[in-house]
Amino acid sequence: MSDITKQSLTELIENIKNKKLSSTDVTKAFIDRSEKSEELNAYITNDFTSALDKAKKFDQKPNLNLKLPGIPMAVKDLFCTKDIKTTAGSKILNNFVPTYESTVTENIWNEGAILLGKLNCDEFAMGSSNETSFFGNVQSPIDKNLVPGGSSGGSASAVAGQLTPVTIGTDTGGSIRQPASFTGIVGLKPTYGSCSRYGIVAFASSLDQAGPMAQNVKDCALLHEVISSYDSKDSTSIDFKRNNYSKELTNNIKGKKIGIPKEYRVDGMPKEIEDLWQKGIQYVKDCGAETIDISLPNTSYALPTYYIVAPAEASSNLARYDGVKYGFRAKGENLIDMYEKTRSEGFGAEVQRRIMIGTYVLSSGYYDAYYLKAQKVRKLIKNDFDEAYKKVDAILTPSTPSSAFKIGEKTNDPVSMYLNDIFTVPVNLAGLPGISIPAGHDSKGYPLGLQIIGKAFDEQNILNIAYAMEEKINFKNKITDWWIK
Amino acid sequence: MSIDLKTIKHISKLARISVDEQRAEKLAGDLNSIFEFIEKLNELKTDNVEPLTSIAETTIKLRSDEVKSKNIREQIIKNSPQDNEDYFVVPKVIE
Repeated sequence: MSDITKQSLTELIENIKNKKLSSTDVTKAFIDRSEKSEELNAYITNDFTSALDKAKKFDQKPNLNLKLPGIPMAVKDLFCTKDIKTTAGSKILNNFVPTYESTVTENIWNEGAILLGKLNCDEFAMGSSNETSFFGNVQSPIDKNLVPGGSSGGSASAVAGQLTPVTIGTDTGGSIRQPASFTGIVGLKPTYGSCSRYGIVAFASSLDQAGPMAQNVKDCALLHEVISSYDSKDSTSIDFKRNNYSKELTNNIKGKKIGIPKEYRVDGMPKEIEDLWQKGIQYVKDCGAETIDISLPNTSYALPTYYIVAPAEASSNLARYDGVKYGFRAKGENLIDMYEKTRSEGFGAEVQRRIMIGTYVLSSGYYDAYYLKAQKVRKLIKNDFDEAYKKVDAILTPSTPSSAFKIGEKTNDPVSMYLNDIFTVPVNLAGLPGISIPAGHDSKGYPLGLQIIGKAFDEQNILNIAYAMEEKINFKNKITDWWIK
Repeated sequence: MSIDLKTIKHISKLARISVDEQRAEKLAGDLNSIFEFIEKLNELKTDNVEPLTSIAETTIKLRSDEVKSKNIREQIIKNSPQDNEDYFVVPKVIE
């Protein structure tokens, strides 16, 4: 049964429902491959023994009416899991065991899925390469010494490397879509308010969203259907009618109007990305959709806005890590000294950098010049999208301005690292849904992704467009299993 | 604009992160290059723009104030770096 891990989520469910495979067969296969894949460093914590027990228990009395019957699944270590260590990739939470479960993971287990373990990520989801994790960088299954992207790098690596059938990540400025693009998989960042933030370690609360990562669009739609729910425990959760995204999935996108924003043609963008974008435009036209040139005039201000808003919110959210109630504590001569040493030793360099930026822009005398200014520009960026959506149903762009880079290539230059998120950040600032789908390879053979941005709550539409394009693109991920001896 | 070492020390106090000289210098360099990039926002006139304060245009729902998790003190205390049965323990504050 060596081919189990090659199957899509949809196929696995089909095979479990037809009794061709048991949950134990499937769980064993993914555990086995995960154990052979230590070099990827995709896991921070595994829960294999308990996963196998749960699978056996499922098989004794299988409930095949569930949406994820007996499906094993690893999740990003930013989701609180009851009684299972949750670190957010940080030393400061190295010994933290939540007493409660996040709503999105609860939704997943309620549909019959089984936790395999917790996946590596950039510390507090702050990073674009999974190099800021306290637990070391993650290797990409695409090539040795290549970053998988970030911050959901362990998640991307685990799906592309077939250590888990699907997974969930979180996306504050591109943390699902960028690693999905770098590893040749599908990643959806849902509309703000669609998936509950309850029990997710907070980074920037007005931007954070959980979302699915999968091998294909159908799997992604199914997992989204499971995790998206109204939740009274999250005050920004929105009560709207959610679709049966996988059932309602269609490749019929005839007559859809798709916007092509000229501002995404940035200086210095490699020709390969431009060519890919043109190919994408041709694909949607082949599917019977119409493309329309649009303008999102304030695009170039999105990244500077993000680097005020996100650190500001982070500095406030991370104030809770003081070494008192949970997490790491350093010894100090007095209370203040204990706080300062705990935070200095417990947070890594990137997290400290962002807390410092955030503290500065919120500090007395600078608030208006930076934070208020950023909130105003954020409004302009949202207005750009509102204006565009009077003319179009969705927007097509590249997911990233380049393919994946080497480990260590950008660690000494924060700004060049931040520029990776240039196409994904505007979507978070405007609270919109965006999906990245694999669309081709560059000359080095590394995957490249295209992004479809939708109107708020219009996930079904972008999933449909992605589904139609996926059929035309017929992407094959080149996984050589280089890390398996 | 330039962020000097004195400012770095001031922010690190506010952020409750102790920073030594070497780290302060590195942070000053990083923050200056990041703020140089952020200054781009000054190109935009925003005098008449309303700030976006909430992305979800919804009013917060009210609920009754009820205790839902009961008797979890032990569980909560378990995560404390230094426990003393019923309390969180911190370095002595009052002499």
